Amino acid sequence: MPHAFDEMSSTDGSVRPAYETLQRWLASVPQDVLDHRRKEAEFIFRRIGITFAVYGEQNAQERLIPFDIVPRIITKDEWGTLSKGLEQRVKALNMYIADVYAKREVLKAGVVPENLVYQNPAFRPEMNGQRVPHDLYVHIAGIDIVRTDPDTFYVLEDNARTPSGVSYMLENREIMLRLFPELFSMHKVAPVDKYGDDLLATLRSLAPHGGHEPNVAILTPGIYNSAYYEHSFLADKLGVDLVEGRDLFVKDAVVYMRTTEGPKRVDVIYRRLDDDFLDPLVFRRDSQLGVPGLMSAYHAGNVTLTNAVGTGVADDKAVYSYMPDIIRFYLGEEPLLPNVPTWRCREPDHLKYVLEHLPELVVKEVHGSGGYGMLVGPASDKAQIEKFRAKLVADPANFIAQPTLALSTCPTMVEKGVAPRHVDLRPFILSGSDKVRIVPGGLTRVAMKEGSLVVNSSQGGGTKDTWVLDA
Amino acid sequence: MLSRTADNLYWLTRYVERADCLARILDVSQRLSYTPVTYGGSTNEWASAVLTAGCEDEFVARYGPLEDAKEEDVVSFLAFSPENSSSIRNCFEVARTNARSVRTALTSEMWDVINSAWIELQSFPNRALTRDELSRFLAFVKETSLRFDGATFRTMLRNDAYWFARSGAQLERADNTARILDVKYHVLLPEKEHVGGPLDYFQWASILRSVSALTAFHWVYRDSVKPWLVADLLILNRQMPRSLAACYEQLARNLDDIASAYGRQGPSQRLARSMQARLTNRTIDDIFQHGLHEFISEFISDNNKLGAEITEQYLT
Repeated sequence: MPHAFDEMSSTDGSVRPAYETLQRWLASVPQDVLDHRRKEAEFIFRRIGITFAVYGEQNAQERLIPFDIVPRIITKDEWGTLSKGLEQRVKALNMYIADVYAKREVLKAGVVPENLVYQNPAFRPEMNGQRVPHDLYVHIAGIDIVRTDPDTFYVLEDNARTPSGVSYMLENREIMLRLFPELFSMHKVAPVDKYGDDLLATLRSLAPHGGHEPNVAILTPGIYNSAYYEHSFLADKLGVDLVEGRDLFVKDAVVYMRTTEGPKRVDVIYRRLDDDFLDPLVFRRDSQLGVPGLMSAYHAGNVTLTNAVGTGVADDKAVYSYMPDIIRFYLGEEPLLPNVPTWRCREPDHLKYVLEHLPELVVKEVHGSGGYGMLVGPASDKAQIEKFRAKLVADPANFIAQPTLALSTCPTMVEKGVAPRHVDLRPFILSGSDKVRIVPGGLTRVAMKEGSLVVNSSQGGGTKDTWVLDA
Repeated sequence: MLSRTADNLYWLTRYVERADCLARILDVSQRLSYTPVTYGGSTNEWASAVLTAGCEDEFVARYGPLEDAKEEDVVSFLAFSPENSSSIRNCFEVARTNARSVRTALTSEMWDVINSAWIELQSFPNRALTRDELSRFLAFVKETSLRFDGATFRTMLRNDAYWFARSGAQLERADNTARILDVKYHVLLPEKEHVGGPLDYFQWASILRSVSALTAFHWVYRDSVKPWLVADLLILNRQMPRSLAACYEQLARNLDDIASAYGRQGPSQRLARSMQARLTNRTIDDIFQHGLHEFISEFISDNNKLGAEITEQYLT
């Protein structure tokens, strides 16, 4: 594997300009002070109850995500490039989904193969020919970005369903402000706390009818969901009700919530519930989490669901490989943010290459997430590779492969002091009927284990505060 | 507000109040159990703790006849048992689960009290506690409810969420006071030959202690402890925060606040007012003449009925 680009230190040992102040500060503060602050941060996280659940783990129902106190720094110029590219990408995603559920020009033009749509388990035939309010589907997107050198940011993954993590972006900043006020006085860091206002403005702009002040609610699967903390956190930041399926009912194709003053109409639902569970009359009949009749209200145009139903058709890893063409097709522009080169194992010549190069590739399931079910070739032994090879040969269409990227590293507090660890970045892009809003920054995830490339929290990854410098 | 949110708040405060009451009952039982029998200590003090806590059936099913109740069983059952749905541990578990579900309706200070208490609860060993450990545990429980009430009072907006939260606490508190009276009413019935004896004094004082009112008693009546005054303090005295009258004064006011905010009165307001009327404009002699036991039984049943009316009117 090639040597990884470090965002703080160049290979010749010099410090990159954006990190100069931070590096001097890190060198001047004694290790025990840093240790102490780290413990303090952990204490605060536990006390506030910022926890998540890992499914399938016993006795660890509520875990903390490790928080790294060394911030990651992005310059204003770098952010400028990124945010333009993100906006372009999300615009194309929205146009693609609208097309897939309407005229399907993209299929007719042969840009995307038909079976990627029709055989996609996330494709919702119920959405065919249905207009959604303002023709927008992905109102809240999380686009995962990785970096390999000073000038190259790749899009690693599009999350167009219910991307999570934004509460960590906001809480990490709050905790850093509390623990390291002196660091903020030395840097001009663009604030992120406008996200709540931005999200509320976005959701309101999506209401199906004008006229009255729209009633917005956040729909959660409940306290046992791994991201429940985030759901309640957002409801609090927005000042809107956090509802569960049983709090809502549908009458005459209108959604109401049960309140102490009787039924109250709901106009916009930011749902943090997968399509499958939304409405037992249409999707999974065993769903206890959804609202019977919700889809009828949705189709009648009486309620906006964010994100729209059926957006999963655009964010799996097979569609991902077509995103550059999708951008060109709808916008007539070159993609500002490149894709990681991707082999689609569904195509015989790609599969042949992948099978010949397994030890150097990363192979992922098309519909996988959370770092599960993937092979990191260079980090695997012969037996693991052979086992994976069998899975791959049995169902090639279920996999894609990518080169093992040398993800950039950032200075991170580990047991022996500060050391480089691999990171990625998830910015959040809000698309309202009025405009696109992106707060500067996002969630930086960091692989706490030396050499590890897996940043997912379910696999022991941590998070960092992400600073976009304002000057 | 969402009915489920109001329901969660209402039960959250009920469970915190219940845990506090259980801690007091255990405290007093422990104290009485040290008191020599000739001074009113009785061998079945632990049985009456179970009765007061209202979980007789569950206890008997697990440990056998109530009259043989042993201290360690009662303590572990009322304080820690996961099988007892109203053990202090379960009260805190349920309170925290409710608090998590309605985090957005709590202030961060209130959440902090509940979450910290839950974290601290894990630090108490999962075995029979020594007497020292038990005292420390009971102090922790009482301190938690004080902190929680304080946080509620100091930080919560005065709106429907606050009124629902307070209504839950007041209803539970009235129930607890009434239950203590129900189990002990017989020692309050004046029987000429006993009055003034040391035996009764300790029994009466222990009733006052179980609602933290021994000192208050002396300030209010400036008299030695007498059974009809104890009953008066706990039932009719509006100065005494745990008396039935004081609870209902608050409860009726909270429910009226809700009604005026929503612009509509309902069955729960009417019932609360009629119960409040029953607790004012009458004397304790009156109540004794009509039968203390009957009065209390009826109160407990009507108090439950009010709970059901509130649920029906707002919480579902």
